[in-house]
Amino acid sequence: MRFLKFFILILIIFNFNLVHAKTKSLDAKITKNLRCLICQGQSIHDSDSEFAISLKTLVKKKLNEGSSEEEIYNYLKDKYGEWILYDPGFSKNTYFLWLLPLLMFLIGGAIILKLFIYKKN
Amino acid sequence: MRTKIFPISLIIIVSVIFVIFYKGLQNSNVYKPQIGNQKNIPVFIAKAFETEEIFKSEDIFEGDKFYLMNIWSSWCAPCRDEHKFLLNLSNQKKLKIIGLNYKDKKKNATNFLNELNNPYDFIFSDTDGTIAIEWGAYGVPESFLLYKNKIVKKIIGPIDQNSLLEIKELIQ
Repeated sequence: MRFLKFFILILIIFNFNLVHAKTKSLDAKITKNLRCLICQGQSIHDSDSEFAISLKTLVKKKLNEGSSEEEIYNYLKDKYGEWILYDPGFSKNTYFLWLLPLLMFLIGGAIILKLFIYKKN
Repeated sequence: MRTKIFPISLIIIVSVIFVIFYKGLQNSNVYKPQIGNQKNIPVFIAKAFETEEIFKSEDIFEGDKFYLMNIWSSWCAPCRDEHKFLLNLSNQKKLKIIGLNYKDKKKNATNFLNELNNPYDFIFSDTDGTIAIEWGAYGVPESFLLYKNKIVKKIIGPIDQNSLLEIKELIQ
């Protein structure tokens, strides 16, 4: 019981803290999904190249102007192409990418099923 | 039955993986944005470099002329290399060269122009780099040849002898 009280006390104290680790802002979410074209393999959020810094200010600016996340993605896709998004949409270039795991799952399932039934018989 | 399926599928899987990776070897994995030909130029509002007055892009780019939009900066070394080609192009009567001063200090940029001469008919200044993004640029230098408010040609990196000749041919 004492332990429980102690635990609750700690929980309350920590909740008074104004700084939460989980305060995720939308612009961080967006910039994490954008690929830096200068240092490819890094996201805009992680990069400190001139291009990334500009893009971060642009995303903030767009959000202040009231653009939605989707609008910002579409805007950048129009300028730089699909490649800038880490999470590409479903299109004729990416259908293989999206369907491959599903296909592998089905084939794997079929193999397992077949082995199982084979063993049973 | 089982003994046959297993080696056959193994061979198929391995060969598919081999082909994918072998083809992948030849591709360059450094991506450049597609050259958006015949794209409309972006509409933007920016400060003029000298006077710091605010200009709309429509005021500068008139329809029936060739423009070369050049993104430059005093801190960028390739911009120095391409400068002589820009000076060469500034003699062309059919072409107007518009500069976009990218993330630069005014003092340094003015020194740069005083030292190497000014090929630009007009210069916008872009202190936070957002206008370059409107153009779909991601580095300096980058140049766009424009005609009738459309991008005719996009040059990523410095202008060289080849692209100089190409531009001259296009504006004829």
